[in-house]
Amino acid sequence: MSKIVDSMYNIRLLDDLARKDTAIHRIHPVPKLLTTIVYLIVVVSFNRYEISGLLPFVIYPMVLILLAELPVMPILKRLLMVEPIIIGIGILNPVFDPKGWITFASIMMKCGLTVTACLILVSTTGLDKIAQALRTLKVPGIFVLQLLLTFRYISVLIEELARMVRAYALRAPQQKGVRLKDCGSFAGQLLLRTFDRAQRVYDSMKLRGFSGDYHSYGKSNVTGKDIIYLMAWSLFFIIARIYDIPAFLGLLFEGMSNT
Amino acid sequence: MSHYKLKVRNLHFSYPDGHEAIKDISFTIYPGESVGIIGENGSGKSTLLLLITGVLFPDKGEVIVGDVSVTKKSLAMIRQRLGMVFQDSDDQLFMTTVFDDVAFGPRNYNLDEKEVKARVDEALDMVGIPHLKDRAPFKLSGGEKRAAAIAGVLSMKPDMLIMDEPTSGLDPKSRRRLINTLKGFSHTKIITSHDLDMVLETCDRVIVIKDGEVAANGTTQEILTNQELLEKCGLEVPLSLQKCPVCGMIKWRPFTN
Repeated sequence: MSKIVDSMYNIRLLDDLARKDTAIHRIHPVPKLLTTIVYLIVVVSFNRYEISGLLPFVIYPMVLILLAELPVMPILKRLLMVEPIIIGIGILNPVFDPKGWITFASIMMKCGLTVTACLILVSTTGLDKIAQALRTLKVPGIFVLQLLLTFRYISVLIEELARMVRAYALRAPQQKGVRLKDCGSFAGQLLLRTFDRAQRVYDSMKLRGFSGDYHSYGKSNVTGKDIIYLMAWSLFFIIARIYDIPAFLGLLFEGMSNT
Repeated sequence: MSHYKLKVRNLHFSYPDGHEAIKDISFTIYPGESVGIIGENGSGKSTLLLLITGVLFPDKGEVIVGDVSVTKKSLAMIRQRLGMVFQDSDDQLFMTTVFDDVAFGPRNYNLDEKEVKARVDEALDMVGIPHLKDRAPFKLSGGEKRAAAIAGVLSMKPDMLIMDEPTSGLDPKSRRRLINTLKGFSHTKIITSHDLDMVLETCDRVIVIKDGEVAANGTTQEILTNQELLEKCGLEVPLSLQKCPVCGMIKWRPFTN
């Protein structure tokens, strides 16, 4: 029960973090989103045997976490929640490929970096502003709306689930969890109640003039600082993609120790 | 502030399961009036509000706001005139901060951000919660949530305020604060409630609904002192008009002088 309530607060933690006021939070959502997209593309473009080349890309999340004053543990926890899926995908690599452990490690690293970058984007920008940025970038409204409402309705679903589990637990004190034979009607009830609740939320949106487009914040203009942020990071990502910086540094230190 | 009359003409509505929730309801509400709609559970009050706001459409009859009938085509314009506060504030508060939630309506009408901010500040001032504007709605108390939900509607500058059970679930102090806030509004108000003492204080007229029909329509004094009518409709005389169980005196006489 407490776990369900915990996860409800966990979902909202990202919203809370997004309301902070740091240099990173103040950057316009569009350049921030574009920087993240460039980062994702560059990270996934590495071939599957590459590990050392990925190492410089750890700098980006580290710098952002520091500058945006984000707590490390909640971000790591969320990252760990995704890792089992990636382990499921990559675990057979060592069996079928002689260099399987390398490809497995590479997949894990890529996953870690990309998921962290997305979590940082959400917790420094907020999903509402990301949606606005997506609309500015001409992503069709229907997709953006779907993304936003899914995010909003997750909390509706969890709240309904928490109420039902509480009511169940109070009348079945000697039981752990929901009995298997009750699961069917429990899931059905949850679905119907969530539909009902979602309908009321949607009605209240329509009554306040909602017509399919989401206007979540006032439009602000992209400044020179925002452009520099985008350009500087993109340049770094591209350089780190073209040149193997760890190998280069290794050679440099080797050269220094020889002289 | 209010210029529009609300006319409900021969309204009929059945839910898809065949339950006939509204059977031939008609009444008129005049600009600036404050009208309480009361009735027992399941009498059709909430359905009636959904029909008035165009969330549901009647099988027969019509709702007219000003001179415009509520149809799918006129909805956008009608909804600018009517502001509905839901029974459960959580249904209405879905943005990440109180400010964004109150700004949701004005922004949907593509108002300039300066105007949006001015409206939000004004609405938050009216309900007395300007200090909560940066808070997350889910962290507010029940009374604060209700105030934020009302502000979310006020920021759209509606002509009519429609409220479904506004005092349900509030502690006495929050309830009193809400009643005082409602009394200060000059909007036309339509309030459904089981809190008859609140209706007594805030409404000029009362419409009693029973089994989807209008059982009575009259001044608050006429209706809320009619014990026989109220009991027949599954209600009872407001507590403040009942005799004190200790001394036998009526505690409050709002209708004498």
